[in-house]
Formats: sequence, structure tokens, C-alpha cells
Amino acid sequence: MSQQESLYEQIGGEAAVNAAVDIFYRKVLSDERINAFFDDVDMEKQAAKQKAFLTMAFGGPHNYTGLDMRKGHAHLVARGLNDSHVDAVIEDLGATLRELGVKEELIAQVAAIAESTRNDVLSR
Amino acid sequence: MAIIRYAKDNYDLEENQSVLDCLTHRGVALPFSCRSGVCQTCLMRATGGTPTEASQQGLKDSLRLQNYFLPCVCYPDTDLEVALPDDADAQAVIPATVKSLRLLNADIMHVELESHAQLDYRAGQFINLFQHQTLGRSYSLASVPHQDDHLHLHVRRLPQGRVSGWIHDELRPGQTVELRGPGGDCFYIPGDHAQSMMLIGTGSGLAPLYGIIRDALSQGHTGPIYLFHGSRDLNGLYLSAELRELMAHYANFNYIPCLSGDDVPAGYASGRAHDIAFEQIPSLKNWRMFLCGHPEMVRITKRKAFLAGAAMKNIYADAFNVSQPL
Ligand SMILES: Cc1cc2nc3c(=O)[nH]c(=O)nc-3n(C[C@H](O)[C@H](O)[C@H](O)COP(=O)(O)OP(=O)(O)OC[C@H]3O[C@@H](n4cnc5c(N)ncnc54)[C@H](O)[C@@H]3O)c2cc1C
Ligand code: HEM
Ligand code: FES
Repeated sequence: MSQQESLYEQIGGEAAVNAAVDIFYRKVLSDERINAFFDDVDMEKQAAKQKAFLTMAFGGPHNYTGLDMRKGHAHLVARGLNDSHVDAVIEDLGATLRELGVKEELIAQVAAIAESTRNDVLSR
Repeated sequence: MAIIRYAKDNYDLEENQSVLDCLTHRGVALPFSCRSGVCQTCLMRATGGTPTEASQQGLKDSLRLQNYFLPCVCYPDTDLEVALPDDADAQAVIPATVKSLRLLNADIMHVELESHAQLDYRAGQFINLFQHQTLGRSYSLASVPHQDDHLHLHVRRLPQGRVSGWIHDELRPGQTVELRGPGGDCFYIPGDHAQSMMLIGTGSGLAPLYGIIRDALSQGHTGPIYLFHGSRDLNGLYLSAELRELMAHYANFNYIPCLSGDDVPAGYASGRAHDIAFEQIPSLKNWRMFLCGHPEMVRITKRKAFLAGAAMKNIYADAFNVSQPL
């Protein structure tokens, strides 16, 4: 049986991540619900982290563990990060993919991956 | 715990401590300015061990391969033996003769330097000028290679500024100074000659922009070029006559001097340079941006430009960070 293309490959791999990062980051910075969390960080470094986030959400190769997600967002949880913010991020992610013409069934799979990290991101 | 070895002495690196802090806290005299990986004044070389990837970001490949790194942003897990660049190195200090010094306005000095060795640079990059071995500062290049014979800097005098004060008060034509570089990626890259370009600078932030604009025009850039130069009052602007002349020569070049103070004569835009720029050109999709000068202006404008549609890769910026006290 021939190997099935992974979600990451179906979306378009690294090229898709590169195409998505500016659009996604622009949405996040314009989104009043969450942009305060991204306010005081260096833009280039932040863009690199968005890339890490997108690669992970697209089912691509990454080395993040649940513990990393906890540690990486703990300072944000301390500042009040909650479910509504995760919802907003997943929504912006979906809107980004729609803008890039990605099929709804793939968008649903991406949302499910992001969803699966919710408890770690919120330190629960 | 990692050990840092410098000049035959060992220093224990504390947790979350940079190599620069580790050494300077114990009284080692080293050059540094921004302490955030931007200005490259602190450049050192690892003579044993491997510097972290993050501490080599922004360095030229040739430097990277020789284990040069920036100790102010180096947090290694393993031991390092480090040294300051010396004359035998590729990144040797280059002597230069001061050819001329003249005030462009009350606070900004035009410094012309003749480098003793050929310096391969692009207009808009910066060099580090050293008052002595452990005191250096970054200054951007307003000159264009092949067009200008010497290196041109615009140095703004800061209150109690050590290096800028030295340049304004003590430097004399004929004197020899030492420099290192060039560094930075804020320059014109040929290729897309029809692209629209916006340049925003405050104060001596005009230095790199003046170089970049003349470089772009001489390389045949055909797309519209908008320069917004901001200051509080008329006395803060400079090179206005030259820029107006350039505008008369090149139909695609536009110079918009902006004054943020109360007294704004006819012919000047009233407000802060970046506010005026975004008012006049609200959508920046596909634009190339150059932002130089005041760090806060650069930070805000970068974000605004990005939100107005400019792609991250099309935004070139140099924040003129001044040194952070330890
Ligand atoms: C990439 C880059 C490019 C640059 N290009 C240019 C350029 O083209 N032209 C230009 O004019 N500048 C430029 N700069 C800025 C320049 O490098 C210097 O930072 C600037 O000239 C000040 O240096 P200084 O030694 O005169 O001042 P410093 O002695 O470093 O002092 C800077 C200011 O901070 C204050 N200060 C210093 N130490 C303390 C302290 N301990 N407590 C409180 N206040 C303190 C001083 O009073 C002074 O006002 C650039 C910077 C960077 C990073
Ligand atoms: C939906 C699930 C989420 C996933 C999978 C995720 C994933 C990631 C990843 C991989 C990084 C990079 C970590 C690193 O390399 O340092 C990161 C950083 C970051 N995330 Fe998330 N994230 C999620 C939700 C959120 C939410 C809801 C917010 C805030 C609204 C947020 C804000 C940030 C910020 C600000 C950083 C940078 C932190 C820093 O610079 O220190 N994240 N995230
Ligand atoms: S890069 Fe290290 S002090 Fe500026």
C-alpha cells in the first residue's frame, strides 16, 4: 500500500508555513482579544516562534513536548491566559488557512491538533 | 555549570548569565554598547569550545565559521575559551584617517574617514568606531561605495555621551582612529527596481537612509521612493538642500521633512514622521521599508508597517540603541 501524504504535506509543508506566518501574525497582532500577550516581544523573534507554532499545528516535524508547552506559556497563564484566548488563536489560525485556500477538512484537522495542546498551554 | 576562560583566567558562568556579564561583572574590561545582540561592538572569538547559535545570529558567514560570536547574547551550557579579536584576525581593527569634520546642524557632525584598508560595505550598513580598545560605538554609513571616496558618518552629540562627545569635541582632521565592520543588513538590495520604497528616519537616522537612497537611485531604481525625515524643529533637520536637489533630479524621489514641534513653516509636514508617513500612504502591501533612528520610533513603526501590509522580510530597520548601563 502506498504511503498516505501526511497532513503537513497536504497543506504544503514548509512553504505553507512561510506563506502563513505573516498573515497569521498580522491577524494575531490586530486581534484585540489577544494582542496584549504579544505586545512587548521582539517582532523577528516572535515571527520565528509563530513559525514553530504553525509547523506544530500543521502536523509538521517539531520537538516540543507537553512540558515545553506548559513552560513556554506559564508566564502568560500568570497574566490571565484562559480558554477564550486559545479559542481566539484557533479561530485566527482557521481564518489564515481559509485565506490561503486550504480545504475545510484539513483546517479541521489543524484545529484538532491545536486543541489537543489546550490543557498544556493553560497549565491544567 | 559552564566555565568561561579568558586571558588565562577561569570564570564560573552563573545561571541565566551572558558571557559578557560574566566577565564584566568580575571587572574584565570589554567593549559593549547595546547588550542585546544588535551593535556587534562586543564581538569576541571562541578559541576553544563552540559558541551558541543565537550568539552568532546576524554575523557574516566568514565570521561565523571562525567562531566569532556576540557574548552579550551568549548563554552557553558548555565551557568556552574566549578572546577579543586581535590584529592577526580576519576581523582585525582597521585604522582610518579623519579627513574632515563639519557640523550638519547644531548637534550632528559629518565625519569623513579614509580607511587604510579597503572596506567592503554597502551604504546603510554600520561600522564600529573605537575611542580605545574597550570603548566602541556603532555609526551608520551615509556614503555610497564607488560614488564617495571616503566613509561618511553622521554623529549626533548625546548629553554626556562618551564616544559622541569625543567625536564632537576632541577628534581632529588628520588623526587616526580605529574601526571594525561593516555589519548590519539595513541596505538596498538590487533586483526589484520597480518596488515602492518608504524610508523613515529621525535625527541622525537619516545617515543610513541618505546612503541607501543614493545607492538605490544610482543602481537605477525606478519605483517611487518616499523619505520622511523627522525632527522636533527646523534646527534638527539637515541635508535638506541636498535632498531637495535630489528630488529635482529624480522624478521618483520624494522628500518629506516633518516637524513635530509647534512652529511649522510652509513646505514642512506637521507631526511625527511616522504618523505622517502612514497618513499619506496607508497601505504598504508590497512596499519595501527602511526605518532608522530612535529605538521607540523604530519599534512602533515596524509593527505599524507590518500591520499596514508590509511583509516582514521587506522591513529593514536599525534602532540606534544607546548603551544600557550595567
Ligand atoms: C546599529 C546602530 C547604528 C547606529 N548608527 C548611528 C548613527 O549613524 N549616528 C548616531 O549618531 N548614532 C548611531 N547609533 C548610536 C551610537 O552607536 C551610540 O549609541 C551613540 O552615539 C551614543 O554613544 P555615546 O558613547 O556618545 O553615549 P554613551 O556614553 O553610551 O551614553 C548614551 C546616553 O545614555 C546616557 N547614559 C549612559 N550611561 C548612563 C548611565 N549609567 N546612567 C544613565 N544614563 C546613562 C548618556 O548620558 C547618554 O545620553 C547607532 C547605534 C546602533 C546600534
Ligand atoms: C492553541 C495552542 C497553542 C500552541 C500549540 C502554541 C504553541 C507555541 C509554540 C510552539 C511556541 C514557541 C515556543 C518557543 O519556541 O519558545 C509558542 C510561543 C508563544 N505563544 Fe503559544 N501556543 C498556543 C496558544 C497560545 C495562546 C492562546 C497564546 C496567547 C494568546 C499564545 C502566546 C504565545 C506567546 C506570546 C509566545 C512567545 C513566548 C515568548 O516569547 O516567550 N500561545 N506557542
Ligand atoms: S551586540 Fe553585544 S553589546 Fe551590542
